[in-house]
Amino acid sequence: MDKKDIVIKVCSGTGSLSAGGKDVLEAFRSLAASTGTQAEFRDRCTAHQVGCRGFCSRDVLVDVIINGEKITYELIKPDMVPRIFEEHILQGDPVDEWMAGEQHREFHAAQTKIVLSHCGEMDPESLDAYLASGGYEAAHQAFVRMTPGEIIEEIKRSALRGRGGAGFPTGLKWEFAGRMRSKEKYVVCNGNESDPGAFADRCIIEGDPHSVIEGMMICARAIGAERGYIYVRDSYALAVKRLGLALRQCREHGFLGSNVFDSGFDLDIRLYPAPGAFICGEATALMKSIEGKRAMPSPRMWRTAEKGLWGRPTVINNVETLANVPRILGRGAEWFAGVGTENSGGTKVFSLTGKVKNTGLVEIPMGVTLREVIYGIGGGMVEDRAFKGIQLGGPTGGCLSEAFLDSRVDYESLALAGTIMGSGGMVVLDETSCIVDTARFFLDITQAESCGKCTPCRLGLRRMFEILQRITNGHGRNGDIELLEDLGSHIRATSLCGFGMTAPNPVLTTIRYFRDEYAVHIKDRKCPALVCKNLLTYSCIQENCTGCGLCKKVCPSDAIRGTRKKSHKIDQDLCVKCGSCFDACKFDAVLRE
Amino acid sequence: MVTLNIDGQDITVDRSYTLLDAVREMGITIPTLCHHPDLSLFGGCRLCLVEGSGMRRPAASCVTPVQEGMVVQSSTPYLERLRKTNVELLLSDHPNDCMLCERAGNCKLQELAYYYGLREHRFEGDRRIYSRKDNNPFLQREMEKCVMCGQCVRICDEIQGVGAIDFAYKGLWTKVTPPFERDLDCEFCGQCVGVCPTGALTGRIWAGKGRQKFREVDTVCSYCGCGCILTLAVKKNQIARIYSRKDTINEGMLCAKGRFAYEFVNSPERLTRPLIRTAPKKDWQLNDSGRYAQVKPERSSTNSSGVFREVSWEEALDHIAFRIKEIKDVHGADAIGGLASARCTNEENYLFQKFMRAAVGTNNVDHCARY
Ligand SMILES: Cc1cc2nc3c(=O)[nH]c(=O)nc-3n(C[C@H](O)[C@H](O)[C@H](O)COP(=O)(O)O)c2cc1C
Ligand code: SF4
Ligand code: SF4
Repeated sequence: MDKKDIVIKVCSGTGSLSAGGKDVLEAFRSLAASTGTQAEFRDRCTAHQVGCRGFCSRDVLVDVIINGEKITYELIKPDMVPRIFEEHILQGDPVDEWMAGEQHREFHAAQTKIVLSHCGEMDPESLDAYLASGGYEAAHQAFVRMTPGEIIEEIKRSALRGRGGAGFPTGLKWEFAGRMRSKEKYVVCNGNESDPGAFADRCIIEGDPHSVIEGMMICARAIGAERGYIYVRDSYALAVKRLGLALRQCREHGFLGSNVFDSGFDLDIRLYPAPGAFICGEATALMKSIEGKRAMPSPRMWRTAEKGLWGRPTVINNVETLANVPRILGRGAEWFAGVGTENSGGTKVFSLTGKVKNTGLVEIPMGVTLREVIYGIGGGMVEDRAFKGIQLGGPTGGCLSEAFLDSRVDYESLALAGTIMGSGGMVVLDETSCIVDTARFFLDITQAESCGKCTPCRLGLRRMFEILQRITNGHGRNGDIELLEDLGSHIRATSLCGFGMTAPNPVLTTIRYFRDEYAVHIKDRKCPALVCKNLLTYSCIQENCTGCGLCKKVCPSDAIRGTRKKSHKIDQDLCVKCGSCFDACKFDAVLRE
Repeated sequence: MVTLNIDGQDITVDRSYTLLDAVREMGITIPTLCHHPDLSLFGGCRLCLVEGSGMRRPAASCVTPVQEGMVVQSSTPYLERLRKTNVELLLSDHPNDCMLCERAGNCKLQELAYYYGLREHRFEGDRRIYSRKDNNPFLQREMEKCVMCGQCVRICDEIQGVGAIDFAYKGLWTKVTPPFERDLDCEFCGQCVGVCPTGALTGRIWAGKGRQKFREVDTVCSYCGCGCILTLAVKKNQIARIYSRKDTINEGMLCAKGRFAYEFVNSPERLTRPLIRTAPKKDWQLNDSGRYAQVKPERSSTNSSGVFREVSWEEALDHIAFRIKEIKDVHGADAIGGLASARCTNEENYLFQKFMRAAVGTNNVDHCARY
């Protein structure tokens, strides 16, 4: 790849840039330039940006590669650069204390990087770097040497399924569109990334935009489309910028435009900055949005592959799905199918967050168990607390309990457990997380994101949210659990689009697996995890209280009575449950329950 | 053609049918709020649900194409429960205003609540409340009563071609509104009022004029030559509102004039008999070049009315005939011009030009709709 023998790679994803990645890169560059008293040093050393490698909690990450030997530093600030430069690069003596440790190794060891293989390795703004790694060879092959039928057959054999959530077999989708006779066809890349908390598609676009474009080109060739749209959230500023740049580079190199690769086929791909509502990611709403209308889902009377954008056959694929495509053509369908499970080839990128030690973007083969993800890649629970549950698939996914730790991560197993793959959100909960509050949190998001078209979703989700709100506020009623179940299954059964069909999942699954915790909230008016503020009571433990009076001083509502040196009392009617006394007391004399 | 089985009965229909079309063709009633046969398919209200073989979950019949061999139930206890829950949800976000609502007695939501026996519902929570009212002159828009059926949006866009309103916001706060919540400023055809199933959209001039037990009088709109059929809803010999039935040549659609401009009918200022001017218009005088021109306001007299005399039709026509002949004798036929009205029928307009050409002898004839 790089002929230079000193290579410095600085992470430049959005997470890293906000941690100062740009300044770190500049620092290395200016040092490299100014140190070049010997002119040949400059020719040997290069510093460049690379895409996100997923371990954002440790940004800024820097790789220093000398003669092929890679040392990774973590949590680097610009003022640390001179020392690394001096000791490691000039004197060949790595700075041990800043090197990424065990955690970093553990985080990456259990992953299988296919889609993310370029992220963290390659400069995303350089077409040459992409070409040097074999980029656009698969597209060239697709345009020049393969027939559409062969491409579709290859994708079908790879068992690639849509990474946008539904898991529809990609080859089959292409086949439907390929069969249609139409003067115009479209290929659309869905980069809306609806789920708040998911950032896989963002990182792929930011770190490896050319893979996505190449995937689209192959799809366009397979179905016979001459126009493509990349629908990407406008607020993903860096992704939009890098995609725009990549598209320009492709046009300049003749990979896009007329007569692509001298094959006689034309293809133009355009960027469509998306307004970025949750529902914009739903395929029919997305098409409305590109057509210039309000993004509201339409009833699915036809397949979009048959009647999509402007009524023409349209393939809509997720960013990650498309980024897999060049790899499949490059290394063969058998290899790809071999990575995953029988029904689903390849890997899936997850955004691992919550109460695990290592959080970030992880790529795992289909079929790995949840335990391997949480305790392997995730490094186990924070402070080794007990695992309680895991919310999979974003706000419209479901929450699984401990009993599912050994269930496999693939479309079928997850559906069986009552959740979805979704866009790959994984939020790990421990004993300090309240299940009811978690469900309320997700419903708060979905009730506000319903597009408003259909009655059950627009009003039903709102009512579910309000019931959850009253339970967490201590006003739960007998029958609320049953009402939630009834309403949840009602919304699931009667909503128009996939959003309403899945949005009650967090509530339905938590009731299914943690019913007792709901009951305690309603009957005993208690929150076992001590999260729901209005259900907490603060009282004084007489034996521990020294009567120091500190609590009295901090209480904002004068709820604490007592004379000095005598044990104090908290007036429950006046207490606003702010917890100030609990935090202030030095003698553990305030009981929170 | 496709044959399917609905509620145990076979029916053969065209393959372009939806399940709802087929169900309705069999005379089975199935509730809908958002369906309109002339508009694009919507599928939003989720009331027309059916169950059937090979369906994973209930399907909205209005957006499900018929298929050969389908076996479908249009009403089961489960379906009725789902429908009822959806009506409950709608009522949980609806003002309790039937007492004063212009649509009471003719409201689809009220009808559904009645049918499902819903005095109370299981859901309490926030309701939409909008303090800002639309001040347009014709349409009363009470968006708290909107059930989001989208018919107004679609008829405005698809039939009228105006696109003055659309959905905005998300979730509970989704709202049909003109851009940026401005006051409605459109053609005011009131097509949206015509399709709204609830009291969200009504005519301003309907207010307080009665809402039921109308005497319905069919008539032809006199505003233009199109000949739309109006149904006047008459109460105490006054027009309370105007609408049009679906089985008319205009298929139930009307324009702003036909729908709202009927105040003249009972106006005391309406001319009911011919008038003849008895003195020249005071602020118009012959000037030096022999033409009539308006005198500057400060020099004109303040009162130009009271110079007319009410006469019979015979006298009026005699007067016209006399003056035309007089002018023609003195100045020639081309000194006379005729301007016909768009409110006349084709036949009347034909006769008028014939009269101008044959009887008066001039080609100076024109028509207001040319401009
Ligand atoms: C509410 C909702 C939101 C969705 N959001 C996304 C999204 O953000 N990104 C995405 O790729 N697919 C999303 N989808 C799935 C798309 O509808 C569609 O199935 C997918 O883009 C197809 O691509 P695939 O076959 O590659 O997965 C969403 C679906 C629903 C119902
Ligand atoms: S289910 Fe929700 S998001 Fe989907 S169409 Fe209905 S209201 Fe819109
Ligand atoms: S205003 Fe009336 S017609 Fe328009 S969406 Fe609401 S209920 Fe339907």
